[in-house]
Amino acid sequence: MFESLSDKLGGVFSKLRGKGSLSENDVMAVSREIRVALLEADVALPVVKDFVTSIKEKAVGEAVIKGVNPGQQVIKIVHDALVEMLGSEAQELQFASPPCAYLMVGLQGSGKTTSTAKIAKILTEKHNKKVLMASLDIYRPAAQEQLKQLGEQTGIATLEIIEGQKPVDIAKRAMDTGRKEGFDVVMLDTAGRLSIDEEMMAEANAVQKATNPIETLLVADAMTGQDAVQTAKAFDEAVGLTGIMLTRVDGDARGGAAMSMKAVTGKPIKLIGVGEKWTEIETFHPDRIAGRILGMGDIVSLVEKAAETVDRAEAEKMAKKFKKGQFDFNDLLSQMQQMKKMGGMGAMMKMLPGLGQMAGQLEEAGVDDSMIKRQEAIIFSMTVQEREKPDLLNAKRKQRIAAGSGTSVQQVNQLVKQLKQMQTVMKRMKKMGMGGMMKQMKGLMGGKMDELEMMAQSMDPDGLGADMAALEDNAGPLGPNPFASGNGLKPGAGLPSDLESLLGNSSHGGKKKDRKKKKR
Amino acid sequence: MVFWRRKKNQKQHEEEQRDDKLLHPEGEPDLELPTEYDAEMDEHTRHEMEETEEEIIEELDEAPVPAHSIEEDAKEAEELSDHTNEGGWLSRLTRGLTKSSNKITKGITDLVTKKKLDQDTLDQLEEVLIEADLGPKTAAKIIDDFAKDRFEKEIDEKEIKTALAGLMSDILAPVAVPLNIEKREDGPFVVLVCGVNGAGKTTTIGKYAYQLRAQGFSVMMAAGDTFRAAAVEQLEEWSKRAGAKFLSKDVGADAAAVAYESYQQAKEQGVDVLLLDTAGRLQNKKNLMEELEKIIRVLKKQNEDIPHATLLVLDATTGQNAFSQLETFKEMVNVTGLIVTKLDGSAKGGVLVGLADQFGMPVHAIGIGEGIEDMQPFRAQDYARSLVGIEF
Ligand SMILES: Nc1nc2c(ncn2[C@@H]2O[C@H](COP(=O)(O)OP(=O)(O)O)[C@@H](O)[C@H]2O)c(=O)[nH]1
Ligand SMILES: Nc1nc2c(ncn2[C@@H]2O[C@H](COP(=O)(O)OP(=O)(O)O)[C@@H](O)[C@H]2O)c(=O)[nH]1
Ligand SMILES: [Mg+2]
Ligand SMILES: [Mg+2]
Repeated sequence: MFESLSDKLGGVFSKLRGKGSLSENDVMAVSREIRVALLEADVALPVVKDFVTSIKEKAVGEAVIKGVNPGQQVIKIVHDALVEMLGSEAQELQFASPPCAYLMVGLQGSGKTTSTAKIAKILTEKHNKKVLMASLDIYRPAAQEQLKQLGEQTGIATLEIIEGQKPVDIAKRAMDTGRKEGFDVVMLDTAGRLSIDEEMMAEANAVQKATNPIETLLVADAMTGQDAVQTAKAFDEAVGLTGIMLTRVDGDARGGAAMSMKAVTGKPIKLIGVGEKWTEIETFHPDRIAGRILGMGDIVSLVEKAAETVDRAEAEKMAKKFKKGQFDFNDLLSQMQQMKKMGGMGAMMKMLPGLGQMAGQLEEAGVDDSMIKRQEAIIFSMTVQEREKPDLLNAKRKQRIAAGSGTSVQQVNQLVKQLKQMQTVMKRMKKMGMGGMMKQMKGLMGGKMDELEMMAQSMDPDGLGADMAALEDNAGPLGPNPFASGNGLKPGAGLPSDLESLLGNSSHGGKKKDRKKKKR
Repeated sequence: MVFWRRKKNQKQHEEEQRDDKLLHPEGEPDLELPTEYDAEMDEHTRHEMEETEEEIIEELDEAPVPAHSIEEDAKEAEELSDHTNEGGWLSRLTRGLTKSSNKITKGITDLVTKKKLDQDTLDQLEEVLIEADLGPKTAAKIIDDFAKDRFEKEIDEKEIKTALAGLMSDILAPVAVPLNIEKREDGPFVVLVCGVNGAGKTTTIGKYAYQLRAQGFSVMMAAGDTFRAAAVEQLEEWSKRAGAKFLSKDVGADAAAVAYESYQQAKEQGVDVLLLDTAGRLQNKKNLMEELEKIIRVLKKQNEDIPHATLLVLDATTGQNAFSQLETFKEMVNVTGLIVTKLDGSAKGGVLVGLADQFGMPVHAIGIGEGIEDMQPFRAQDYARSLVGIEF
């Protein structure tokens, strides 16, 4: 059903490749996509609007990181802003002089009773507190019985059930019992109530006043839609929340409600429920929820890796060499190493939206990390001169290198041929445009990769042509040079050229076939 | 405006064509008010026309509704006074909706009377729908269709509301299908009730049983939630309230065994309808979904035709995850219909429009409260109207 944000942004940004920084127009172009992605993740509309505005401010003028495309970079900016908004620090549960009350509130069926038992268990085991649980739910059939049974299962004390007692009276009795019997924490589980049910909200307020809880937690379902705002606001107003417990995070909901509720109440999400058993509770990790809301897998870590591993100076030096066609074995080696640092070819492919499938095909075609290792070994067996001047390699030298690297002369030849082809490709690239590049690449990779050809055909030559033209226009005094700035995701900026063309075009090439699969 | 259409592919194109047909049937949409809220019928008459509790109880031929507790009586009295103040069931439904949708309603009301329908207004309308949980795509689609013949034309607020409601009503109308329960020769009519945790399955069974009893069916409930603490006790309480037979096994028992035995028992005792409760399960839990498959498999061993209905209970508070829920439950256990609960709250349940559009799954009833009578048939037009905040 949902397209991930990275898929969407990939499409928008395929037109923007090769620029030095994100312009206002670029950012405007994606703000709608971000908006839709957040809305699909159930973030409430007013929150989405504010958020998108703040993203625009943050992203405009941002320098483009090498090794990623601008779409991926914007996702990173969005992700980081989301994490910040969700609260970057873990929020501890508070205590006051015993007995202190914990009040659990929320809509019907949100998971209050289950969460009460889960938290009571944590307080008992991790914080060494003596905990009493009391159910104030006199409405739902067998609700008090439910908490009693949970108490028996977890070995936590529950307040004796007295038929006919009103919630506020039960709360007072619970506090009394807490005082008399030396409990540290008294957990008050309440009945579910709708935010618009004035009477029931007044009841919650009365309980709050009577017990002055140190923690008042809103228990809310991770599947909640736009209503999260209304619910969180109403409960915060009625009982003064201290935090939120998000339940059913073990489901596949994108969890935008977390962001909505945090935004409107400013109250931290303290805990998450990740299952039905009383052990299934965790502290809240904003980055995980942020990733879910964006529905984007590992793209963020890819961007981080690229940002930290691709050495700018190195890339610029290489770009110059490319231009002159002086691409030697040292350069090839350094490219391979950059790629290894980023987790290898397959890992990188899998991280990229739409390319997961290609990773498998590369493996089938024998283009995998072991091939890269083999080629690395070959280069390591070369002398310094041989690496710089590939022309030196005669039959005798090749035999020596093959023996030294545990490969065959044939494999050495293959590498030499590959280098030569790369040199040619580099020189010709400007004229060819990316579609041509892909075809060339297919040759480089042994002709087994029909997928690549398909990708090449599916690419929009006009857009890419325009990209290339734009690059030439931007060229400085040195003349048309797509690599001169050393910025952005351009061939040769630190990644193997072949892989880079894949990266840059992932949104185009991968889409056709993978979109359907991604829907679920 | 609808930017994702730029990347239109064949499948999308086909879908859109199909949608166009759905949204623009021949003839004008029927905007007549249903008789229940006939403006000419005054509050009093309307109240008189409703069946009283006593009348319903008189119709119950088997076990009568057990004596109510003091609290229940107090609560009931309170609910009844509510009725007299606010009229029939629709007011009860819209009470929540209108209260919560004040902002939304105002949103539309603000959109000036008679003026040219411009992009700004369309954007605002789209937001109204998004805030009702339609989801960005469905909302954009509806606004697109709405704008088609109206853009840049003079239109007033009432026309806007009616037309928008009409569009959604047209989408919802085909799925407004009541659950048809009938007495069978070969054993009880079996209804399996499933859904995610806390959606309202058990409560819905209580409400259904009550309605069925009022229609003269004998009912048995089976406690298939053998996992959650006191789930059995909860259902048992509902069986007492509704005057239904009740079957349970021990906590931790195999839910499939409960299902198997309950069918046997119900058949032996000549029960008309068997309502099977199940534990809540999130649709992405493979083992739990397989457990549900097993329940059905075991039932089918006794009779190929059962369950006759498999209901998915959906909480109206749920956002876009409802798509995933319906998709998975439909695929794995062949859901035959939906019940939407908690529509008495501030959530509007707009996701149903997208669900109807995509799955065409029948919606049998809606839950509008925690009381035994708080279930109503699903009515497309009313639902659509409450989504745009039309007050009755
Ligand atoms: N999968 C899952 N189910 C949960 C979680 N928390 C609660 N539940 C289930 O949600 C349902 C309702 O929980 P309950 O505590 O009775 O909700 P209450 O009505 O708010 O008290 C039960 O079936 C619980 O087992 C959670 O974090 N994950
Ligand atoms: N306000 C309101 N609450 C409901 C409705 N249906 C169920 N509930 C409440 O939702 C909670 C969970 O219901 P339950 O039937 O136990 O859900 P189950 O876990 O799916 O069996 C209970 O507190 C019910 O009273 C409804 O239509 N409106
Ligand atoms: Mg409870
Ligand atoms: Mg239940």
